[in-house]
Amino acid sequence: MNFQLSDEQAMLKDSVARYVKDQYNFDTRKKIISSEKGMSTESWAIFSDLGWLSIPFSEHYGGYGGGNEDIAVIMEELGKGIVVEPFVPTILLFGGLLSHCGPNDIAADLIPKIIEGHCLGAFAYLERQSRFEIADMKTTAIHSKKGWCINGSKSVVLNGSNATHIIVAARTSGGQYDLSGISLFMVDADTRGISILPYGMMDGHKAANINFDDVKIPADALLGNLDEGMRIVEKIMPQVLIGLCAEAIGIMAVLNEATVAYTKTRHQFGVPISSFQALQHRMVDTFMAAEQARSMVYRALCAFGEGNLDDENERMRSLHAMKISVAKSSKLIGEEAIQIHGGMGMTDELNIGHYVKRLMTINLMFGDGDYHQRRFNKISYQAA
Amino acid sequence: MDVTFTKEDLVFRDEVREFFATEYDFSMAGSLNLATISDGECYKDAIVKWQKKLHAKGWIAPSWPVEYGGAGWSVTQKFIFETERGAAGIPAVIPFGISMVAPVIYTFGNEEQKKKFLPRILSSDDWWCQGYSEPGAGSDLAALSTSADLVDGEYLVNGHKIWTSYAQYADWIFCLVRTSKETRKQQGISFLLIDMKTPGISIKPIVTIDGRHHLNEVMFEDVRVPVENLIGEQDKGWTYAKALLAHERTGMAEVADSKRAFSELKERAKYEVNGGRAMIDDPLFQMRMSDVETELMALEYTELRVLAAMAEGGTPGPESSLLKIKGTEITQAIQELQLQLVAYYGGGIPSNVQKDGCGHAFAEEARCGYLFGRAATIYGGSNEVQRNVIAKMVLGV
Ligand SMILES: Cc1cc2nc3c(=O)[nH]c(=O)nc-3n(C[C@H](O)[C@H](O)[C@H](O)COP(=O)(O)OP(=O)(O)OC[C@H]3O[C@@H](n4cnc5c(N)ncnc54)[C@H](O)[C@@H]3O)c2cc1C
Repeated sequence: MNFQLSDEQAMLKDSVARYVKDQYNFDTRKKIISSEKGMSTESWAIFSDLGWLSIPFSEHYGGYGGGNEDIAVIMEELGKGIVVEPFVPTILLFGGLLSHCGPNDIAADLIPKIIEGHCLGAFAYLERQSRFEIADMKTTAIHSKKGWCINGSKSVVLNGSNATHIIVAARTSGGQYDLSGISLFMVDADTRGISILPYGMMDGHKAANINFDDVKIPADALLGNLDEGMRIVEKIMPQVLIGLCAEAIGIMAVLNEATVAYTKTRHQFGVPISSFQALQHRMVDTFMAAEQARSMVYRALCAFGEGNLDDENERMRSLHAMKISVAKSSKLIGEEAIQIHGGMGMTDELNIGHYVKRLMTINLMFGDGDYHQRRFNKISYQAA
Repeated sequence: MDVTFTKEDLVFRDEVREFFATEYDFSMAGSLNLATISDGECYKDAIVKWQKKLHAKGWIAPSWPVEYGGAGWSVTQKFIFETERGAAGIPAVIPFGISMVAPVIYTFGNEEQKKKFLPRILSSDDWWCQGYSEPGAGSDLAALSTSADLVDGEYLVNGHKIWTSYAQYADWIFCLVRTSKETRKQQGISFLLIDMKTPGISIKPIVTIDGRHHLNEVMFEDVRVPVENLIGEQDKGWTYAKALLAHERTGMAEVADSKRAFSELKERAKYEVNGGRAMIDDPLFQMRMSDVETELMALEYTELRVLAAMAEGGTPGPESSLLKIKGTEITQAIQELQLQLVAYYGGGIPSNVQKDGCGHAFAEEARCGYLFGRAATIYGGSNEVQRNVIAKMVLGV
């Protein structure tokens, strides 16, 4: 049994932590968010130079060949600085899908570009009605002699306005709710018929609504097998969820530490407010909540580690349980951080609210706590 | 035990309903929703316009003594009015003038002060704000240090107030200031009314986590305030303010508004779907909703118990102390469900051109409501402080 980081992982952690501490302070982040792009291309170039963008990709494409643990290490540290650059959409979503759709020319072309920092990606899957059931999809791709023609509207596409390339999920057969019959396509962001409406998210990240209006793409833009897009999506979900939850535990650590520190310096009634037991007990609860969430991330890492668990059901139980635990802990920790900071916690100027908003967003991504609890129940409790 | 209304009460209820239906400009509802205001001046104009209509009807300050402009309503009538207002989705009257400073003026002020201030509060011609909190004096309000020194027949005010809600609209501010440092810290405090146009006052906006401008810092630098603006006796302000705080706290159950918010939630849950199924049909979401609704049903009757005691002319029992804590916790619980309902779509901050960015019209209200709503357990005496008070005063520990 061993929960230690390897030497390489410790170095990676150190490299991200140092960058966040030295070059990505709260003011820098604020400037980046209010810039037109809402991200820093300089930062992204540094991420590439430091090798972070290569971590999950196979050596075959010039990647580092890292796994979930390496991703968790990076994401936790990025979380501590609530870094807004599109690591999740470009590396985990877009890059993840490319890596998992079988060997193909598009991946061979684009993955090296991702690693160099020249290709920014987005995954357009969510629609106005789909909420957490991604397969609830109305966007269609129709086959013709010349290739494919895509029509439909996607909501809240992360990094949608900065992406050079977009993977779009569209229905190629079946009914609106069917798991099968969805296919993935690669499109250049400037293809005719694509219109992009960008906006900021409450967590400082950039997203967009994207309309596909008779968007014509070549036949070889199809990624993986026809109608089996959801299988590829399911393959990347463990890493995406582990990455997001690792980011969340980084954020929780910052919030708890800041809150405890604040109560020691804030005086009311002639004493530091940390001396009130009413607050002490609550901070003990938030401390425990953060530890429990961390344990769940480790548990999921073990479940999806190499050869650790063959039981698919048990793996999925750990994955859902992780998202449930992170949702519960983040809600408690975020709300207590604001409450215990009093009026200060309500200000836009202090960093607390910004950390809380990123936690809120993570909770709503790829299923909130209740969604995962339903899934957990379904695979855990049956009479026979 | 029963809660049926008399015939007269029912007639009154119909009159209230009719008035709201005909006089309230429902097209202005967006501008009047604090969770979604984007244009402050527009908000102020809309609310003042509405309050003037209430004033014309004689319903702006029903709780005041009749001689100053109150409506002389029974407790039941006040309850009916509030219930109907909430049900119609009409915002409550801005409290700072009508229900915060005015009771202090008519209870502890002199005749000139009553004549000068009360009519303009009733007519909403003066907007008031509350200058109590300071950077060093939040929960421990008596630690305040803004000073008022009597110099040549005027008070010279110096200091720094913070978290002052809507000071950017205000014509007047009522302040607690320190007039003596000699005594126990609660003594030495005075209640002073200050014209916001007086030289030496400056305002600095504070943007909150919902991205909006509700709060301010108000700085006083050698601000000269005539002694006529002192309420009651010098150094006795704490007593007056405490009477007022009690007023503020019982007004925070907000049952009528929570019932309205809950029914909106229920309505939205019919249209929000997951996997083709309406959220209102989802057993887990139903559990979340009924957790909140049952608490609200209980709170409604707790409030009725308080009102019944007051109707009998008595003072409310210990149950009144829980109104603020439970009321704010329920408000927040409903806001949490709104956010859960709008899900990921609520995270987007659409530009002004594109109000319902992701096709979910209540997204902004849900997000901003939740975020600004966090403050309800902080202001008006934080819920921690409220619990301390109940432990001491009610449980006697
Ligand atoms: C949106 C908003 C609007 C406001 N509007 C106004 C206004 O118009 N005018 C005005 O004067 N003020 C206003 N306030 C200020 C408000 O009254 C103060 O924020 C409140 O009194 C808390 O003070 P503080 O922020 O300094 O927090 P602190 O007093 O520093 O409290 C920090 C934390 O410690 C806890 N705590 C403090 N003492 C104890 C204790 N003895 N036991 C246990 N826990 C304790 C608190 O509950 C809180 O969680 C407003 C505040 C907000 C957020």
